[in-house]
Amino acid sequence: MTAAASNLALEVINLKKAFGGLAVTQDVSLAVRPGERRLIIGPNGAGKTTLFNQISGDLRPNSGLIRLFGFDITQLPPYRRAHAGLSRTYQIITLFATDTLEHNVALGLLGLRSSRWQMWRPMSLYSDLAAEARRALDAVGLLHLAAHPISDIAYGERRRVELAVALAQKPRVLLLDEPLAGLSNTERSTVKSLIASIPRETTVIMIEHDMDTALDLAETVTLLNYGRVIVDGGRDAVIADELTREVYLGT
Amino acid sequence: MQFWIIQGLNSLSLGGLLFLLSSGFSLIFGLMRLANLTHGAFFMLGTYFAASAMRSYEGLDIWVTAIGAGVMVAAIGGLFERLVLSRLRANPLGQVLVTLGMSFIISDACLVLWGGDSIPVPTPQNLQAPTRFFGFVFPTYRLVLVGCAVAAAIVLYFLLERTRLGAMIRAGVDDSQMARAVGIPVSNLSTIVFCLGAGIAGAGGVLGGPILSAYPGLDADMLPLALIVVILGGIGSLLGAFVGSFIIGFIYTFGTALFPELAYIILFLPMIFVIAFRPQGLFGRVGA
Amino acid sequence: MKWFAIAVIAASLLLPPFLAGDFYINLASQILIAAIFALSLNLLVGFGGMTSLGHASYLGVAAYISALLTSRYGLGHGSAAVVSIAGTVAMAAIFGVIALRATGLGFLMITLALSQVLWGLAYRMSNVTNGDNGIAGLTRPAPFGISINSPASFYWFVLIVAAFAFLMMAIFVSSAFGSSLKGVRDQPRRMAALGFNPWLIRWITFIYAGFWGGVSGLLYVYYHKYIHPTSLSTTSSAEALLGVIAGGSGTMGGPVVGAAVVLLIKNYASAYVERWNMLLGLVFLFIVLVMPTGIVPGVSRLTAAIRRAPP
Repeated sequence: MTAAASNLALEVINLKKAFGGLAVTQDVSLAVRPGERRLIIGPNGAGKTTLFNQISGDLRPNSGLIRLFGFDITQLPPYRRAHAGLSRTYQIITLFATDTLEHNVALGLLGLRSSRWQMWRPMSLYSDLAAEARRALDAVGLLHLAAHPISDIAYGERRRVELAVALAQKPRVLLLDEPLAGLSNTERSTVKSLIASIPRETTVIMIEHDMDTALDLAETVTLLNYGRVIVDGGRDAVIADELTREVYLGT
Repeated sequence: MQFWIIQGLNSLSLGGLLFLLSSGFSLIFGLMRLANLTHGAFFMLGTYFAASAMRSYEGLDIWVTAIGAGVMVAAIGGLFERLVLSRLRANPLGQVLVTLGMSFIISDACLVLWGGDSIPVPTPQNLQAPTRFFGFVFPTYRLVLVGCAVAAAIVLYFLLERTRLGAMIRAGVDDSQMARAVGIPVSNLSTIVFCLGAGIAGAGGVLGGPILSAYPGLDADMLPLALIVVILGGIGSLLGAFVGSFIIGFIYTFGTALFPELAYIILFLPMIFVIAFRPQGLFGRVGA
Repeated sequence: MKWFAIAVIAASLLLPPFLAGDFYINLASQILIAAIFALSLNLLVGFGGMTSLGHASYLGVAAYISALLTSRYGLGHGSAAVVSIAGTVAMAAIFGVIALRATGLGFLMITLALSQVLWGLAYRMSNVTNGDNGIAGLTRPAPFGISINSPASFYWFVLIVAAFAFLMMAIFVSSAFGSSLKGVRDQPRRMAALGFNPWLIRWITFIYAGFWGGVSGLLYVYYHKYIHPTSLSTTSSAEALLGVIAGGSGTMGGPVVGAAVVLLIKNYASAYVERWNMLLGLVFLFIVLVMPTGIVPGVSRLTAAIRRAPP
């Protein structure tokens, strides 16, 4: 798959990561085009979250390159990648439990603004921030809970807040780490329709371990196993591929 | 020349003492993730015990005293661990604060029991005669102290590397959750390690008595040294505590001898160096 | 209910110089100074999640610099104060870089070690600091030419500074920066992924806490007109930490209450109990075991429960 390098939203080139003797990422390369909906699948332990952690900067690869819209981010700390337009959600929900939904989203908005350094004005006076946070909550259908603390709301609703926080930053590339994990059927269809309605300005890369759940959201699929890319391509092609069946039937 | 030899020996004996002090501290931190701020007080208890016992009973053997103090301080430590520390497993900050509180209690208790004056601890009579070697004269006791530290290091090494208990302790240090999962009684191990650490500190206090004397504030003088040794040598590493103790022993002794007013800064420098370039310490495996 | 509480607080702050004798006015001044110190520490402990056992360094260094500049080098109080605070802030910046190489217990140990080094220096460099004798015979400044030598006048001075300090720190904590600090305390990885720079946020907070620690140090040396290495000791840092935790970290009222409690026990208990430190240690144990979140949250939980209970 050759495309002009600087036209790619996210490029991962020969990424390698090992913990001592254990190789968790073995020569992984990805090329994600702007606006694409990519699904990364693979059995447990395939190295999907580890890959995400290297893309987001929480983990340093041993070798390889990561480019965001042509810009080399391999050595950048996580907070700089956020400013470059990268956003992510986590497998385990990492919201601020004792704070309100509105505050959680407002923090997300603050992260990219210079006003985050302000020390002499109470945050409650930032009415535009609050308004935008409420709009973001409305977009995920949670405006009515804006004043509640996270600890009050259901798990499925927290997943939606995670999504709202990540989307509030209007990221160029959004990494979703198992966004549908642990959700009931109704919650799952709500979150899926939210993901489907993400604007094309945001490139979406999703991890799901269960192949069936997120397949209809994906345009392209990358199959990982033992830290290696096994199959990579359009969704239907990957599903039909022999190797895919091998990996999944084998587990 | 005599100056350098004497200071060199003083460095070695201080290093030995520091090892007795900080090996326990390092073990406790490694296994229980606890910065035991009572450790200086445990050491001081040993010194006061020696001061009392050896002045009351002429000719009391220092080794017996050391073992006695070690057992007594270990018992105090064990009670403290069982009654207070074990209730605070989920509250690491609270654990640190109670060890601080305990150190206040112990140091004030020592003030009440022994008063505010410095009490010298007699050097054992059979070790009072100086050793002559190549025309130089060495205080024998200091040589013996180094020997004690080496002996303690060897015993601890065998305990940790060659016994089942040691293997369990090492497993707990590396990964306490995993250790629990495979059935290692980490909670009981914590009590054992705390007692062991406290006991070694108490015994060390006795052995350090002839050199340091028992005085109020000894705990506050020793604790930062233990901290610096462990930061330098690395947490949870016996080898780190050993090497770090002697490095600090040398730096502190020569520093105080050559630049008395700046001794603390000179101690400071290796610590900054380590923190800047190698935060896990020389031999540390566990991050602070 | 809230107005009643505010009225009580205002009364207890404004009335002492009119109603109480010199001893109590002085006690009130000491409480306010300890409160500023505890509040500055709480920026680190409660709001930043960084437990420091070396905060007395900032109080002590500011006090010593002011003492030396005014008594030995004849500098006026105004300039001395500026240099003291500047020096303290610079030191906080350097200490912060070192201490922030670690978190949690490592951070605690480094702050402890650093403050012990300072204490050792204050003790040993007798030709500079007078060692164990301390520096005595100091004077108080005369802001705008007004003397603050009497207990009442000094109290008004401290009250104004304390009110200002409280206000500034309260705004800091509720500001955007304060929210990012609390976020970094709770979920540093998440905050980094959102675009916040955790190290820089912590470092700036460290410096700001050192600043107010230094301010309390100036007030301390003005009050006592004397400075001694004990003010830099671990015991001094520990008393402040006890105050913060006993009162309730993570709130603004907690450290004030806690500092008051510690100071009152110190002043009254020492009349009856010879070994004040042992009592302090026991109080530590008691609070941590029985009231881990502190007095202020405990009391507010209690009043909330009372209000909810059917009449």
